[in-house]
Amino acid sequence: MIPQHLLSIDQLDETAITRILDTARGLRSVTDRPLKKLPTLRGRTVCNLFYEPSTRTRVSFELAAKRLSADVINFQADARSSVSKGESLKDTAWTLEAMGVDALVVRHPSSGAAAQLSRWVRARVINAGDGRHEHPTQALLDLFSMRERFGTLAGLKVVIVGDIAHSRVARSNVKGLVTMGADVTLVGPPTLVPPQVESWGAKVSYDLDAVLDDADVCYLLRVQRERLGAPAFPTLREYAALWGLDRARAARLKPDALVMHPGPINRGVEIAADVADLPRAVILEQVANGVAVRMSLLYLMLGGAEEPPGGGR
Amino acid sequence: MTDYLLRGGRVVDPAGGQDRRADVLVSGGVVTAVGERLGGSGATVLDCTGAVVAPGLVDLHAHLREPGREDEETIATGSAAAAAGGYTALCAMPNTDPVADNAAVVEKVWALGAQVGLVDVVPAGALTRGRRGEEMADLGEMARCAAGVRLFTDDGAALSDSLLARRVMEYLVAFDAIYAEHCEDEALVAGGHMHEGERSVALGLAGRPSEAEFLIAARDIALARLTRCRLHLLHVSAAETVELVRRAKAEGLRVTAEATPHHLALTDAALASYDTNAKVNPPLRTERDRAALVAGVADGTIDAIATDHAPHALQEKESEFTLAPAGIVGLETALSLTLTTLVAPGLLTLRDALERLSTAPARILGLEGHGGPIEPGRPANLTVFDPAATWVVEPQRLHSRSVNTPFAGWELSGVVRHTLLRGRPTVRDGELVTEVMV
Repeated sequence: MIPQHLLSIDQLDETAITRILDTARGLRSVTDRPLKKLPTLRGRTVCNLFYEPSTRTRVSFELAAKRLSADVINFQADARSSVSKGESLKDTAWTLEAMGVDALVVRHPSSGAAAQLSRWVRARVINAGDGRHEHPTQALLDLFSMRERFGTLAGLKVVIVGDIAHSRVARSNVKGLVTMGADVTLVGPPTLVPPQVESWGAKVSYDLDAVLDDADVCYLLRVQRERLGAPAFPTLREYAALWGLDRARAARLKPDALVMHPGPINRGVEIAADVADLPRAVILEQVANGVAVRMSLLYLMLGGAEEPPGGGR
Repeated sequence: MTDYLLRGGRVVDPAGGQDRRADVLVSGGVVTAVGERLGGSGATVLDCTGAVVAPGLVDLHAHLREPGREDEETIATGSAAAAAGGYTALCAMPNTDPVADNAAVVEKVWALGAQVGLVDVVPAGALTRGRRGEEMADLGEMARCAAGVRLFTDDGAALSDSLLARRVMEYLVAFDAIYAEHCEDEALVAGGHMHEGERSVALGLAGRPSEAEFLIAARDIALARLTRCRLHLLHVSAAETVELVRRAKAEGLRVTAEATPHHLALTDAALASYDTNAKVNPPLRTERDRAALVAGVADGTIDAIATDHAPHALQEKESEFTLAPAGIVGLETALSLTLTTLVAPGLLTLRDALERLSTAPARILGLEGHGGPIEPGRPANLTVFDPAATWVVEPQRLHSRSVNTPFAGWELSGVVRHTLLRGRPTVRDGELVTEVMV
């Protein structure tokens, strides 16, 4: 079942994920055509409500909606405006809904913001990243990218490296991959890999070199510079030396293994500059697939067989 | 002054060692007789059939928000909530604006409480000026002023500076006053929004680990041993803290502790859908912690059940989880939650529940007229409640000015029928008696 709101990848079982990925595969051909447009969501309005600066996710959602002929509005807001000054998240959402928005794609620095929003509005809510909680569409596009290359996700050995504790991408990817039967190992400094992550069904290692040889996918997370010093790790140099994917480590990967990254990349930190340009680094393919996966979601959530959202009002 | 005959109830009086069917005659503000089938000609009868007649409840920990945040609560609305919840006395926390760190503010709070007249408002004073944790507040002046402050705390945060904590404890010995701590190490909880554990990691919310609580509790117990100061641990939430208190008491230290109804009833599972009304500090913890707290209340390690009544404006609670303030309103649900979650399942006797809600907190605060015993000559501070009657929590119907409760929609046992403050009903037949308000 495709849920009414997509807040967490937990809401999707294997069948639902497979349906989204299969649909995305069909829709991807649209993006390769000279006329990149389907009439499916004509008359629908999708609002990108972004409380954090974002280029790729917002543009990806915008393109996805436009290729399905939906009207798109972008609302860039300042998270700090909430409470202390300006309009609250709830009032902003109500205002947009009053103008007839059918779906709210929300990016917010506060974990849970999308879930809270979904309780206040009747429009469909799609979580485009909430704090350090989840980023389900990123996980879906990553699953899609892996499945395209390997044919299946079951049994795939995926190593996710970096700041697991603060990463919404890691949370959504681990849960999605485990649902699809992949074998996930999380690697990073212990300050950034809380032991509780084992309850998600992933293994934990602090030694990248010990887990690279077997990996089908080496997924690198962006290092956030604010974790420098206290409390996460001493220097970027040390981080790169211990947990960065440099040329020597990349050379040890299996011949068909992929290097993935949600972007934007820090060349020379989590990934060496030249490694990012290797053919096995499919970072741009992820970006391209993102549009198809988001088209698939919007299509299934807004345009599928069910009654259009708002139709019952 | 009207005389009242409380007829047909079951008197449960931990201080007086009574649990029997008896009428209570109240005259001139004091109890004049306790016994079966009392006459009392001319007295107004208050029906207590099927109800428990208990000493008025005493809350060690309530935030009344006045002065400063009268949009969230006032001494009048907080007093009304307290009376409606069966309370006859409460200790008002000092984290107001301005902070109650001097005699003028505590006297003002005390006087406003007396003027409202629904509940005895006993102001607590801050430990440090402005609650900044840098220098002592006017401790002696507050202790010696008309308000007679007995309990001092920087509640909301722990005092980080261990040397200052030591000096404050030493100084408070002169007044036999209580050093009360909100046990959470600031550095360990900075930026945290809920108990640190599997659930916080899954929800992507920064945690407030149990260690932050029991490290400060352990430090304070050590300093209480060193200084011989009375120490009270506010809203204990972690299993390890309960054990520390148990050992401190076995050692004979003058350490007391309280737990809140929400920590006794809920775990961090209440945060699963980012319900900001369940956001509170210290945070709701695990089932293991909750069970340890219940055991601590049952064996007396935890002396008192205190509300930590913390009203917050609706628009602030209705914001993003990470921005929402922490706190839960509790004055009107404490008795019912205790009866429903502890007494009904047999985890705590009714007598012990009333001891923790009334007798013990009155003793800790040194409130002579509260907490019983219910016997002739004693001030008639009484609560009468029907333990079997049920009600559904509807936040909008509470007397508090704020509605931030995670118990909305809960069906609870225990309905307050009458509350008497020095012989005068503040609640009568379930209705607040507003005429007493000036």
